[in-house]
Amino acid sequence: MSEMSAFWQGWIIVLSVGNLLACLWLVWWATNKRTAAATGDVMPHTWDGTLQEYNNPLPRWWLWLFYGTIIFGAIYYTLYPGLWDGVLGWTSADKSFTKGDVVSQYEREMQKAEDTYGPIYAKYRSVAVADLAKDAEANGMGKRLFLTYCMQCHGSDAKGSTGFPNLSDSDWTWGGTPEQIQATIAVGRTAAMPPNAHLGEEAIDQVANYVMSLGGRGDPAKAEAGKAVFTSGGCIACHGPDAKGNPMLGAPNLTDNIWLYGASEGVIKKTITGGRNGLMPAHQGLLGEDKIHLLTAYVYSLSNK
Amino acid sequence: MDSQTTYNYTVVRQFAVMSVIWGIVGMLVGVIIAAQLAFPELINGIPWLTYGRLRPLHTNAVIFAFGGSALFATSYYIVQRTCQTRLFGGPLVAFTFWGWQIIIVLAALTLPMGWTSGKEYAELEWPIDLLITLVWVAYAVVFFGTLYMRKVSHLYVANWFFGAYIITIAVLHLGNSAELPWIFFGASGATGIMKSYSAYPGAIDAMIQWWYGHNAVGFFLTTAFLGMMYYFVPKQAGRPVYSYRLSVVHFWALVSTYMWAGPHHLHYTALPDWAQTAGMVFSLVLLAPSWGGMINGIMTLSGAWHKLRDDPILKFLIVSLSFYGMSTFEGPMMSIKTVNAMSHYTDWTVGHVHSGALGWVAMVSIGSLYALIPVLFGKKEMYSKGLIETHFWIATIGVVLYAAALWISGVLQGLMWRAVNADGTLTYSFIESVERSYPFYYVRLLGGLLFLAGMVIMLFNVLKTVSQGSAAEADDAIPQAAGH
Repeated sequence: MSEMSAFWQGWIIVLSVGNLLACLWLVWWATNKRTAAATGDVMPHTWDGTLQEYNNPLPRWWLWLFYGTIIFGAIYYTLYPGLWDGVLGWTSADKSFTKGDVVSQYEREMQKAEDTYGPIYAKYRSVAVADLAKDAEANGMGKRLFLTYCMQCHGSDAKGSTGFPNLSDSDWTWGGTPEQIQATIAVGRTAAMPPNAHLGEEAIDQVANYVMSLGGRGDPAKAEAGKAVFTSGGCIACHGPDAKGNPMLGAPNLTDNIWLYGASEGVIKKTITGGRNGLMPAHQGLLGEDKIHLLTAYVYSLSNK
Repeated sequence: MDSQTTYNYTVVRQFAVMSVIWGIVGMLVGVIIAAQLAFPELINGIPWLTYGRLRPLHTNAVIFAFGGSALFATSYYIVQRTCQTRLFGGPLVAFTFWGWQIIIVLAALTLPMGWTSGKEYAELEWPIDLLITLVWVAYAVVFFGTLYMRKVSHLYVANWFFGAYIITIAVLHLGNSAELPWIFFGASGATGIMKSYSAYPGAIDAMIQWWYGHNAVGFFLTTAFLGMMYYFVPKQAGRPVYSYRLSVVHFWALVSTYMWAGPHHLHYTALPDWAQTAGMVFSLVLLAPSWGGMINGIMTLSGAWHKLRDDPILKFLIVSLSFYGMSTFEGPMMSIKTVNAMSHYTDWTVGHVHSGALGWVAMVSIGSLYALIPVLFGKKEMYSKGLIETHFWIATIGVVLYAAALWISGVLQGLMWRAVNADGTLTYSFIESVERSYPFYYVRLLGGLLFLAGMVIMLFNVLKTVSQGSAAEADDAIPQAAGH
C-alpha cells in the first residue's frame, strides 16, 4: 500500500470495510425489521394473480456461512496487504526499491530453489564440455533443461523449424565449438540480413538463382548474371566471396543447401528483398553459468556423438 | 392495440423465439471450436473459421444473443405482468428488439473477419459498441418507465434483479468500452475504420477489463437470470417464494460484493497486491449471498416436491438451481490464491464456466421459455411434454459430461505444469499436457453435441406448438382492478 497516496488508501479502506459492515447491518436489519406479516406467514402482497412470498427467517446455517466468510475476510485483511501492509509484511514481488529489506514471496521461492538445486548443477562446473557431453547423467539434466527453456523455438527434438536453426546437425551459423555454443546461449545472438529491394526485381531474380546454383539448382543463365550482382550488390560483405558465410556475423553458408527460412525460389527472393532478423535471446540472467554449462554440453553432444 | 387493455406480447414472442434460434447458432459454433480442439486439422487453415475468431463469436452468441434474448423476453413479460401495465416506451420497445438483432448479426460478421477490440466478452468494435449503448438506454427507458407506470404498490423481487442488471451492465459497458477509434488518428480502409484502442494503459486496462468481465458474469449471467428464476419457479411450482427477508438480504449483499470480485482473474500478475486481496476476500464473501438465491428457489418447492416427478419444466428449473449452487461454490474456491495458482489457465476454468453457463443460465432459460411460449402464442401447453422430458435428460447428461471432462483435464494440466524433477527442471513439457488432454476433449465435444441436440429438439417442439398446439383462451388482458 505504501506506493499509494493516503487519500486513495483511505478511499479503499472506506469502500471495502464499509461494504462488509453494510452486509452485517443488512442481516441485523432484516432480522429485526417489523414486517407486515408474522414470521412464517405469507406477506400481504400478490402479484400477477398468484405470486406471493413467505416471511421466513434467514436460515441459521446460511447466516453462519455468511458470518464465517466475513470473519475470514477480516483475518485475511489483517495479515495481508489490502487495507494496509498487513502484519505478516508479505508482498508478492520485489518491493525493495521502496521498502528496503522486505523479502517478497518471489524472492523467497527463488532463494529456496537456488539452495535446493544449485549444488546439483555446481558439481559439473569444472568438467570440460567435451567430457560432459559423454556423461549420461549430465546429459539427462541438460536435455531436461532444453525441454524447459529451448524447445519452444528449437523443438523438442532440437531440429528447429522455419527461422529457428536445427541444432542436431553439424551446420552452425554462429559456430559449433563449446565456447561458441556457450556464448550463443549466454549472451544471445542478433542476426540482421538487410533488405535489398533497391536492387530491383530483375537483379534479385538473378542473384537468387545464383545462390541456388551454388547448391546445384536454379536457372544457369540467370545464375551467371546473378554472380555479378552477388558482388556488386554487397552480398559478399557478410557471406564472403565464396558464399560460405561468416560465423562471426552469423552470416549463413549459402552453398550447403541448408536454408533457415526455406529453400524455394520464392522464399529466397523474399529473404533477399525484405531481409531477415533473427534473435536468439540471452539466457545468462535467467539460468546462470552452471545450467548454461550443462545446456552447452547437451547441445554439443547432439552433433558430437 | 397500444391501449391499456392488453399486455405487449409481440416483443416478448419475438425475443423468445430468437432466443431458441440464437441458442442453436451459438452452441453450434461452440461445438465447432470444441471439435477443432479434438481434431486440430479440421478447418484446414481457413482464416475465418480459426479458433481465435470463432471463440469470441461463440461466447458473444451464447451470452448476448441466446441469453440476452431470453432476458429481454422474460424481463419484458415479467415487468408487465407484475406491474399490471403495458410496456412503456412506444416505438422504443420495437427498437430494442431490432437493434439487438442487428448487433448480433454485426457480431457474426465482424468477429470472423478478425475485427476485435481484444477484450474478452467485449470484443465488438467501437461502432457496434455505440449501437449497444443506444439499445441499452432504450431498454432502460422501457423497463424503468414500465416500473414507474405500475398499477401495484410494491415492486416484485424479480424486478429488483432485472433493474440492477440493466443499470450495472450500462455502467460496465461504458466503463470498459472507453476506447480511441483509430479513424481519428488517420486510419483508412475498412479494417482501420473499425479498429480502436483501449483508453486505459497496461495493468489498469487489465483491471478495468476484469472488473467488466467478472461483472458480466455477475450481473448478466447471475443477477438477471435470478430475476427470471424468481418469477418462473414460484409460478411453475404454484408456491409462494420461500423467504422475503432472504431475498432482500441476498439481493443487496450480492450486488454490492460482486463489484469487487474481478481481480481474482489477475492473481499473481502485475496487479497490485491490495487489489488481488480485495478480489479474493470479496469473492469468498460472495458465497453466501449467491447461495441465498439457490435456497430461495429450491425451498420454494418445499411442500410440493411431488410436482418434480412429472413436470419436466420444473426439473429444468430445479436442476438449474443445483448447478447454480455448485458453480457459485466452485467460483469462490477457485478465487483463493493458492487454489488459483493451480487452476488458472487450465481447462478447469472452462469447465467451471460451462457448469454455470449450460447448467444454470441455459437450463433456467430453457425451463422458463417452455413455460412462457404456450402463453405467448395462446396455446394450452407445449406441443409435446415427452420431448421436453427428452430434452431435459439429454441436456443434463451433456452438461455433466462436459463439466466433468474439463474438471479432470484441468486438474491434470495444473498438476503436470507444476511437476518438477529432482534437479528442478519441469517433469512435463507443455505438449505432453496437451496430449494427455485429448481424451477429455472428445468427451467435451460429445457433451456439447448432446446439449446442442437438445436445443434442436426444443426448436422443433416450439415450432409445433406455434403451428399445431391446441388453442387456449388469450391470457394477455390487463386486470383493471388495482393491485395491492
